[in-house]
Amino acid sequence: MSQLQKLVIGRMFLGILTLFVVSALMFVGIELLPGDLAQQILGQSATESTLAAFRAELGLDQPPHIRYLDWLGGVLHGDFGTSLASGREVSDLLGIRLANTMFLAAYAAVIAVPVAVVLGLLAALWRNTLFDRGVNLTALSAISMPEFFVGYVLILFLSIKAGVFPTLARIDSATSLWDALYRTFLPALTLILVVVAHMMRMTRAAIINVLASPYIEMARLKGVPQWRIIVSHALPNALAPIVNVVALNLAYLIVGVVVVEVVFSYPGLGQLLVDAVSSRDFPVVQAVGLFFAAVYITLNVLADIISIVSNPRLRHGR
Amino acid sequence: MGDLLTIRDLRLEAGNRSEPVVIIKGLDLDLDRGEVLGLVGESGAGKSSAGLATMGYVRDGVRFAGGSVVFDGTELVGLARGRLRRLHGKRIAYVAQSAAASFNPAKKLIDQYSEGPRLHRVRSRKEAERDAVALYRQMQLPDPEEIGFRYPHQVSGGQLQRAMTAMAMSCRPDLIIFDEPTTALDVTTQIEVLGAIRDIVEDYDSAAIYISHDLAVVSQMADRICVMKDGEEVETAPTRQMLDHPRQDYTRSLWSVRSFRRPEAEEAEETALIRCRTLSASYGAVPVLRGLDFAFPQGRTTAVVGESGSGKSTLARVLAGLLPPSEGEVFWRGEPMEMRLSKRRGDMLRNVQMIYQSADTSLNPRHTIREILRRPVRKFSGRRGDDLRARIDELMDLVDLDRAFLDRKPGELSGGQKQRVGIARALAAEPEFVICDEVTSALDQLVAEGILRLLVALQKDLGLTFMFITHDLAVVEAIAHEVIVLKNGRIVEQGSRDAIFKHAREDYTKRLLASVPQMDPDWLDDARRREAELRAREGDTA
Repeated sequence: MSQLQKLVIGRMFLGILTLFVVSALMFVGIELLPGDLAQQILGQSATESTLAAFRAELGLDQPPHIRYLDWLGGVLHGDFGTSLASGREVSDLLGIRLANTMFLAAYAAVIAVPVAVVLGLLAALWRNTLFDRGVNLTALSAISMPEFFVGYVLILFLSIKAGVFPTLARIDSATSLWDALYRTFLPALTLILVVVAHMMRMTRAAIINVLASPYIEMARLKGVPQWRIIVSHALPNALAPIVNVVALNLAYLIVGVVVVEVVFSYPGLGQLLVDAVSSRDFPVVQAVGLFFAAVYITLNVLADIISIVSNPRLRHGR
Repeated sequence: MGDLLTIRDLRLEAGNRSEPVVIIKGLDLDLDRGEVLGLVGESGAGKSSAGLATMGYVRDGVRFAGGSVVFDGTELVGLARGRLRRLHGKRIAYVAQSAAASFNPAKKLIDQYSEGPRLHRVRSRKEAERDAVALYRQMQLPDPEEIGFRYPHQVSGGQLQRAMTAMAMSCRPDLIIFDEPTTALDVTTQIEVLGAIRDIVEDYDSAAIYISHDLAVVSQMADRICVMKDGEEVETAPTRQMLDHPRQDYTRSLWSVRSFRRPEAEEAEETALIRCRTLSASYGAVPVLRGLDFAFPQGRTTAVVGESGSGKSTLARVLAGLLPPSEGEVFWRGEPMEMRLSKRRGDMLRNVQMIYQSADTSLNPRHTIREILRRPVRKFSGRRGDDLRARIDELMDLVDLDRAFLDRKPGELSGGQKQRVGIARALAAEPEFVICDEVTSALDQLVAEGILRLLVALQKDLGLTFMFITHDLAVVEAIAHEVIVLKNGRIVEQGSRDAIFKHAREDYTKRLLASVPQMDPDWLDDARRREAELRAREGDTA
């Protein structure tokens, strides 16, 4: 078995273990919160007997570890259970939201990653020029502002004043792709502004670091043009740190966008998770949480694999 | 006027423009087609900068401050980047010191070979790859058909250096700059690489500038030699004339380094300070030392020589207590010696000290010299106050360093001065046994000679016993009493210096000795012939 295969299998095993730990932690977290779904729904009118009856109906009268194991048994058979609050299948509930979240994340990533890497390469190529400083200043300003602020500024200028884009990013299954791209442009742009800086700065730093190597001077003295040195000699050797930052930012685009969803009323997973936590809807929280954890693990394993594939020392032995 | 290259009044500087640091102050060079010029000098003489400047190239922070570099009718100083690029690699090529660092680790050798010819539209990729195999074969690389498809880390240092020379030849340039191409190699490897370089330069009738600090190496390669110091030419002459009749004192001083010899030791009763019996050590499951039997006579210098990977440094680590041996016994004055550093008592800790190859990395850059010396003096002698200060001053006197340096940090000292601080730190413990690990390898010849003289004087005054690890046999001949030759973790031969140098019995020792470059332009030819004979003989016996 090759080193790479060993690594992938090892990471997958660790990833699954991490998922178990995450699900247990989330369960304990919800248990620690005061109150439960029965109190939440019945509110002021609750009496001891109605509460007890409702809890029995929801299965909340069971001791915690039994409930956790029940849920775990279901998940292992592919059944994520039903939402306590709405009674709908969790998988149904998640389905459309998950698609929305992935759509927005992919939309932002498809633009942000190439833009960030190209800007980083250009900033390294034209190091310490006006261009370099301008790009750095803009990117740092964008990342220094809270994302809801960026969102509201964009709404103010692009939709209220200029009237080019809608303020709300409501989409449903009937929306056409083109229409969806148009309606979600502002939230996507907000996310792009937030994530570009990290990736751009890391690309620039990694490339500049490599440019000090003797083999870059060698390439120069072979008559290789500067842009080609950067793309074909420096980039392959700077790939590992860049890929790792890209992976972290992609994970953020999927997992950390709840604020942007709220600003633009976008029906994504983040909002669903916040709602589920406030109503103590444990199966939904678990399912969303597991998905988020899986995204993190998968992206990081992918980043590791790409780092290894890009490094011949790790790919080929002596 | 050289008919290929004419350099007139070349000046280079660095730093800010109001107070520039002058790197080259007015250099004139001429080079004819097919001629090989040697550039010799110590570090900081500006020879690398001069070599790069002949390509119209300066490193970041350095700039042309005047003069002209005319290559085949074209002025290179101030030439537009695009036009320079069309010359680089195609008509002027460069071979760097460290091939391991100068090949892109992410690309196969043959792709790096073919990049130049493709960019300069000299050859298509297919043609370039065929050509690469032919040149790899000519450079006597093993497996020329296949070696190009390896990555740099899969090829040894000597092979990489040859592959880089082949790469420089890929466009058949008129001029090649060799910047210390064999400095990082073992002596036996160096011979092969030097031979291959010289053959290929002759075969294609390229002109070359061969830069090195090692005069003996340059004299094998060059038709003419230019000696440089502090950015200026000291003298230039045809090789044989330069060797036989150097005109300048500085040039003569470069020669004399090799003639340094310790004074003959008076015959004394020899007692072994350290004696080892069947000493073995390993890193994990990899055996590095295999059953060594030897002794270090008290008050003498025992040199341990061998090529990289022979186990020299591992032996030092074992005796210093850093790596417990897997087998065997070590005696200190006949008593069993504790081999784990953590178990050694005060006296034993004090008695064994080390001086390292790189003073740069073994001195804490944030401590002043005083702090660096104070700690071992306090720890081992228990002195305090005035007593402590007096001892620190005394240590500085011992190693011939001005006491004013005590309040400076290592970064403000030169390489030789830093190495003296390293020696003072070892002496602070008042040891009996000092391990010197390649202590002169990173230094220029003149500075190295100063360090060797100091060590010899200290040994005489303090009765120190030295274990002297080096790959430089000239140094061994200069200061050793006893010599141990290591190969693959085994002792090949051991004996007194004269026995080893004059009557070596083993072929490996003979080969090592023959590999040391001599100040004789015919040495390389002789050495290659002897090497071939030794190989042939090995082939017969095998």
